[in-house]
Amino acid sequence: MPKDFFALMKGELLVGLLIIVLLFLKIGNKQRSNETLLRLINGLLLFNLAAGFFCIRPGNLFGNSFQTDPLRILEKNMLSLGTLIISLQAYDWLRQHKHVVEFYILLLSTLLGMFFMISAGNLLLFFVGLELSTIPLAALVNFDLDKKPSSEAAIKFILSSAFSSGLLLFGISMLYGTTGTIEFAILPQRLDGDPLQLFSMILVLTGFAFKISVVPFHLWTADVYEGAPVAVTSYLSVVSKAAILFVLTPVLYTVFKSPGDTWVPILFLLSILTIIVGNLFALRQQNMKRFLAFSSISQMGFILIGIGGQSAEGRSAVIYFLLIYIFSNLGAFGVVALMSARAGRERIDDYKGFYKSHPALSWVLAISLFSLAGIPPTAGFFGKFFLLLAGAGKAHYWLIALAALNMVISLYYYLRIVKAMFMDESREPVEKMRTGMPAKIALTVCVGGILVTGLASGAYQYMHSLIAR
Amino acid sequence: MHYADYILLIPLLPLAAFLLLGLAGRNRLRKSAGLIASVLMLVSCTLALYAAWRYFFVDGLVDGVYRQIVPVRYNWLIFSPGLSVDMGILLDPISVMMLVVVTFVSLMVHIFSLGYMKGEERFTTYYAFLSLFTFSMLGLVAASNILETYIFWELVGLSSYLLIGFYYDRPAAVSAAKKAFIVTRFADLGFLIGILILAFQAGTLDFNTLIARLTDAGSPQFAGITAASFLGISLLGWALGLVFIGGAGKSAMFPLHIWLPDAMEGPTPVSALIHAATMVVAGVYLVARLFPVFSMDPPVLQIVTWVGALSAAFAAIVACTQTDIKKVLAFSTMSQIGYMMFALGVARQGGEAGLGYTASLFHLFTHAFFKSLLFLCAGSIIHVVHSNELKEMGGLRKRMPFTHIAFLIGCLAIAGIPPFSGFFSKEEILLAAWRSNALVYGIGLVVSAITAFYMFRLYFSIFWHESRIPDRNDGSHSAGEALSSPEGGLEGSPGMKFSLVVLSAGALLAGLVPFSRFIVPDERPHDSHTPLSFSILPVSLALGAILLAGWLYRRGNDRAEKLKIGLGRLYQVVYQKFYIDEAYIFITKKIVFPLVGRPAAWVDKHIIDGLMNGLALIVAKVAWLIRGIQSGRLQQYMLYFFAGAFGLVLLFVYYFNHLHT
Repeated sequence: MPKDFFALMKGELLVGLLIIVLLFLKIGNKQRSNETLLRLINGLLLFNLAAGFFCIRPGNLFGNSFQTDPLRILEKNMLSLGTLIISLQAYDWLRQHKHVVEFYILLLSTLLGMFFMISAGNLLLFFVGLELSTIPLAALVNFDLDKKPSSEAAIKFILSSAFSSGLLLFGISMLYGTTGTIEFAILPQRLDGDPLQLFSMILVLTGFAFKISVVPFHLWTADVYEGAPVAVTSYLSVVSKAAILFVLTPVLYTVFKSPGDTWVPILFLLSILTIIVGNLFALRQQNMKRFLAFSSISQMGFILIGIGGQSAEGRSAVIYFLLIYIFSNLGAFGVVALMSARAGRERIDDYKGFYKSHPALSWVLAISLFSLAGIPPTAGFFGKFFLLLAGAGKAHYWLIALAALNMVISLYYYLRIVKAMFMDESREPVEKMRTGMPAKIALTVCVGGILVTGLASGAYQYMHSLIAR
Repeated sequence: MHYADYILLIPLLPLAAFLLLGLAGRNRLRKSAGLIASVLMLVSCTLALYAAWRYFFVDGLVDGVYRQIVPVRYNWLIFSPGLSVDMGILLDPISVMMLVVVTFVSLMVHIFSLGYMKGEERFTTYYAFLSLFTFSMLGLVAASNILETYIFWELVGLSSYLLIGFYYDRPAAVSAAKKAFIVTRFADLGFLIGILILAFQAGTLDFNTLIARLTDAGSPQFAGITAASFLGISLLGWALGLVFIGGAGKSAMFPLHIWLPDAMEGPTPVSALIHAATMVVAGVYLVARLFPVFSMDPPVLQIVTWVGALSAAFAAIVACTQTDIKKVLAFSTMSQIGYMMFALGVARQGGEAGLGYTASLFHLFTHAFFKSLLFLCAGSIIHVVHSNELKEMGGLRKRMPFTHIAFLIGCLAIAGIPPFSGFFSKEEILLAAWRSNALVYGIGLVVSAITAFYMFRLYFSIFWHESRIPDRNDGSHSAGEALSSPEGGLEGSPGMKFSLVVLSAGALLAGLVPFSRFIVPDERPHDSHTPLSFSILPVSLALGAILLAGWLYRRGNDRAEKLKIGLGRLYQVVYQKFYIDEAYIFITKKIVFPLVGRPAAWVDKHIIDGLMNGLALIVAKVAWLIRGIQSGRLQQYMLYFFAGAFGLVLLFVYYFNHLHT
């Protein structure tokens, strides 16, 4: 049992250990420069990621409330990878920040929460994990301590989160009330189509929908993304959403399997609404972070279409797309973070003539945007194609057609930025920025990921084999 | 050599050229960029010719049927058991023929550009893009999997975008590139949805399996796709119709043709390669590739026929009024592709009924030679005149005797005068139309006469007429491209002349290829002959049209001007291309934007931005929040949130009742 305990929970234990190490660093008297600290922490995060690839075995702990298997470990590794990339990209911003250690303690706490959420075998541990991953995030959103929009964003985030958690908890308690269990494994057998159960399902679904900013529960997104520091925004838009989706898919596929014909049409409706609204608003944005916020909203809509396929292919397509999304979105955010930290500029117009001064960065941003837009042969195309193919399994052709139409519309706004960078002249061009080593590594990983997962991919087949097992 | 040993090199050599030139940067290989790309292209072209020889004359024909060979296949992404995306090369008569056409024309354009683009600042970039395009186009024609086709289809669009916008400091070029990209992307959307339907219903993305399953009337897949229907049309009809929309967009068929005239902003050799010989015929190729499936659904073939015929007629009429030499050629391309389309549309599976299919690809083959020849000649002319406008040309036959002969050969070929190549392919198309649909035949006949008329209008205005060019040649007209004066005299370098000679030979001789012995829809080659008497009418009409053009434009006179005034309004309508562009602008600006864009803008402005008013307010809000008084904004968010949840509940109640009654 103790051996099992260490082996099965190694991911959680490692992250917990890292948090403790950081606490000791903080209370220790020794003064260290930020650079040393950041190097140390990035090294630890890399170690954390690497450790995730060893000792992969399935098992249950604590009376089935904690479950782990290769698929869950893969999902956790994807989150660790995202966290590491963001940490590398935040290097330039954190170098000048007074509270580096606190930043990482909060960040790792949310990561720990997500790990528990993914491994949860019952609704209780799931909810605890969810809250652990949400509350420290509010503090992180506030991490530009001297900027008021950052505080405003934090307040908005925490209040809306509290509201959605309330609804989610309400749903969970009704589910418990009608079925008498909170175990994921037992719930499906006890669901008998009672209207109250279905009502509670809607509430749970709403709670999830809020977290991944599905229209009409998306209103907090743009404001919070704009106000938060870039690193936190990218964390919110990539890692945090990925974690929720990792849980949402199995919950819908296993727990709510029997009322599937109720939630599938609802999911499709929400997805198409999300894609359209995300796209229409992204068209008009002038601020890069707001722009990426709306673009990420519309990406979530595509993911919902894949989930709606209700098949092993659908689930693999979602995980595969999220892997690609981590690379593409972080590629874009990496460049935006550099611009924000070094030049203090965040508007789309500031990218005019960017190619002249920063050819390499322009290519990185362009490739990332192409991947987000889903242009072949970037990985983003295959991700979206598989999502649509999975969704087509339900033969809602109107929906597929609308989604594909939106792929073309989205192309227009992604191209707008590419055009600004490559074709427009700027009256006040950005001065030549030095790209630090950590950011370079992070961006290389992102571009490499975009090209490799699209061009030579065993990744999808690996995921599919894990799920079909 | 076995095919697998070298066939991959055909597309990969241009890719290597692109990577080399793209990565080495524009300065290091500046001098040798053109040479490197051309040599690699030469090797690629030689290999393609060798493969074609092997396929058609050595081992392709087995028991009277051309077999399909898949020498290379790489299992790439497996979506689910049975449905996988492969990267492979499929050799069958049409793909082998296309490999030859693409590599050959591309090689000629590479060689021509050596002289034509010399002195251009972004010389290396130009060749890099050209190589990228060639690679994508070769991938498109050789693809063994429909999604592979789509990927290369998009890459072709992307490289075309880069090449149209090559002179990126000219606003017209940038906007033309954007227009081409957006219009074809919208069309590709149809293609993508079509692929999704086909893939899902047939359970495969592989061309061979797909065609086998969907042409076998007894297969479960065929039963599935024809039984399921949407809005009263079978899914097969939808899928093929949507795929055809994709093809029509790339091939500039009416009403998706609006990008093609604008695309002439690119360098002229690019127009010769992309917008005459290769990319624009991709739509024809796509329909031909899926022809066995198309032939299972006659209504869709009807659509193909009529879109083709309408485009052919529309473009020919518009071409008569245009005064920009490249635009005339662009409309003539559209018109000729219309020919190919309706020829495919009137074809059916098996024996003599497949004549239209053979004729269509035959015309594609001959058209590639004479149209790229005409475009390259136009390039030489623009080089000398420094203008695209017919008004500024005239009397060039003495100054450019060489180009004059080449252009004349091209004109005679496109006008369908024997024994030039266009004659043979056009007669076959007309014969196929005659056998199936008299009205389509009539349109084809009239269009062929109009074609002869506008091509010779072009010819006489450029080379006869009186000279309207000032004698000085100092480049003071900045309208032309590639401002350096060409090497080797007025008619360009030896390389440029060489390309023209080779293509002229092609335009003369390509018609002698007995096409029905190589390319037929059921892969069972046979001999076919067009009766001599059938040709009398079209040829005499074309000759008449040429005489008319000569009468109007050969010498300076006011006949043409009088005719123009006599036609009045009608002429204006045609000159403005039937106001199709304006119609599009009207629809997007007056209908789509107000209906979709404005409400979205309103919501954003009043609900999102309106609530973001100024830092002062935010400060106040934050202060309120801390005091425990909530800002209106958050309350509003919660209101939406709650309304959303409530809406979902209502929806669920609806579905619940729906399901349980």
